[in-house]
Amino acid sequence: MTAKKVVRVAGAQGFWGDWLEAPRRQAEGGPVDYLMLDYLAEVTMSILQKQKERDPSAGYAKDFVGAMESVLSGVAERGIKVIANAGGVNPEACAAAVLEMARARGAAGKLKVGVVTGDNLLPRIDELLASGHELKNMDTGEPLSIVRDRVIAANAYIGSVPIVEALTKGANVVITGRSTDTALTMAPLRYEFGWAADDWDKLAAGIIAGHIIECGAQCSGGNCLYEWRSIENLADIGYPIVEAQADGTFVVTKHPNTGGLVSVQTVSEQLVYEMGDPHAYITPDVVADFTSIHIAPDGKNRVRVHGITGKPATDKLKVSIAYRSGYKAVGSLVYAWPDALEKAQLADRVLRERLDRLGLKFEQVLSEFVGANATHGPLAGPDAGKHAPEVQYRIGVRDADKKKVERFTREIVPLVLNGPPSVTGFAGGRPKTEEIVAYWPALIDKTVVQTQVTVLE
Amino acid sequence: MKVRLLDIAHARSGDKGDTANVGLIALKPEWYAPISKYVTRDRVAAHFTGVITGGVERYELPNLNALNFLLHGALDGGGTLSLKTDAQGKVFSTALLRMVVDIPDAEASALKLPPAGESP
Repeated sequence: MTAKKVVRVAGAQGFWGDWLEAPRRQAEGGPVDYLMLDYLAEVTMSILQKQKERDPSAGYAKDFVGAMESVLSGVAERGIKVIANAGGVNPEACAAAVLEMARARGAAGKLKVGVVTGDNLLPRIDELLASGHELKNMDTGEPLSIVRDRVIAANAYIGSVPIVEALTKGANVVITGRSTDTALTMAPLRYEFGWAADDWDKLAAGIIAGHIIECGAQCSGGNCLYEWRSIENLADIGYPIVEAQADGTFVVTKHPNTGGLVSVQTVSEQLVYEMGDPHAYITPDVVADFTSIHIAPDGKNRVRVHGITGKPATDKLKVSIAYRSGYKAVGSLVYAWPDALEKAQLADRVLRERLDRLGLKFEQVLSEFVGANATHGPLAGPDAGKHAPEVQYRIGVRDADKKKVERFTREIVPLVLNGPPSVTGFAGGRPKTEEIVAYWPALIDKTVVQTQVTVLE
Repeated sequence: MKVRLLDIAHARSGDKGDTANVGLIALKPEWYAPISKYVTRDRVAAHFTGVITGGVERYELPNLNALNFLLHGALDGGGTLSLKTDAQGKVFSTALLRMVVDIPDAEASALKLPPAGESP
């Protein structure tokens, strides 16, 4: 009797900016079949789009090239495959950079890079609007036409199908654009186990496995509140690994001799992270039911997950649209004991009076007192911050008019010499005025989006 | 008896647009029953009065001994628009754990629920 086939998918990046050491540690710390690297948050596509406008060869997560370099021997010599949504708005350029790095490192011919395209709807926006797709904001119901002239990126969230296609074509590295985070984990399981397109329970299990590891170490002891003091050796934290079987059951674990913790509690905290309606976690491939999850300990740093059910996918894809939405600036000063909070509050009144006298009205002005109310607001209680050794005064403004926001940035530092006493922490000088790129979630008919897969060597 | 959520549950929060979600998980499986009974939508809405501008939705996940709350209008517009320190709702988790609920003495002592101490 042969042992049941187990496929190991290792979470190696949870966002763009995650720990650079993680991919190499996942590739070398023990057996894994796939490395899964998630780079894209809601606003990342717009940042990448801006980079591509300046340089046509940019527009992808450049960290990924370094990550590939750090795991190159595992991929080239030991058969580890890599799935990443590092392609951003330029997956072809990302693939070219990875292949060039491999050639320079003497691994020419060792990589077959599958490139998934077709998620980028920006060139098609006007055609889509003209043919009756309103791309209404899912939160507000407003039609996209009201911000059309300010749109800078539009990408459909794509699912597992093109990733499975790339693996079937022999790719050992798959680079996508705006793939869903969870598809990056579910797709290799679907490919390995041959799950059918309507095997809803197994597809849902793969999606939930993906949800658990898509934020990297946030399921293996990172950012874990439960008995946080007892979580050992965070400096050497192990990133998560899913060990999946053909029936859709899986174990969440991490490599031996790493820090952190995989327990029912660490995994449960990640399961509820960014959750909406738990009965209907909607993805392009399946609607997963989080109320069906059974979770149990399975030995040290092992948690078994089973019993997951799913429902048929919808006929829509979510679209992530980014548009320019004015400007903002946030500045701060630090006030010291005695009476730090009172001094900071006086500074706020003085600054607001000066803004009034300048006739500057903003769409939004927000004052916070870090050390008193910045994280929990009035819930911190009436005495919060009263005896604090220092309080940071933090004020931000937002407006469509860049000039007004820039004028605001000049009003903070003068308070050091012409406002309340015992003030410091102004070394940064004037705050920076930032353009706001806002997020517009919408839905579109699935039939409108066709993905393409190309394998490059 | 007054019971503070911090003493009977753990939590994690995140964002989706201008909505913060808080997943509230019982520290012990047997404490899920009183949590689901007494941590109602209305009580959570009252707790966050003055902190959020929209309504509250509540979902039950008995399989995880957890409740999920959606707090609308929590993030000053959310995402890149927000001017808040906590623009992504990361610490609404512990803000909910400040909540104190009244649980009948007999029920609380049968479940060995710890009484709320002096507020820190």
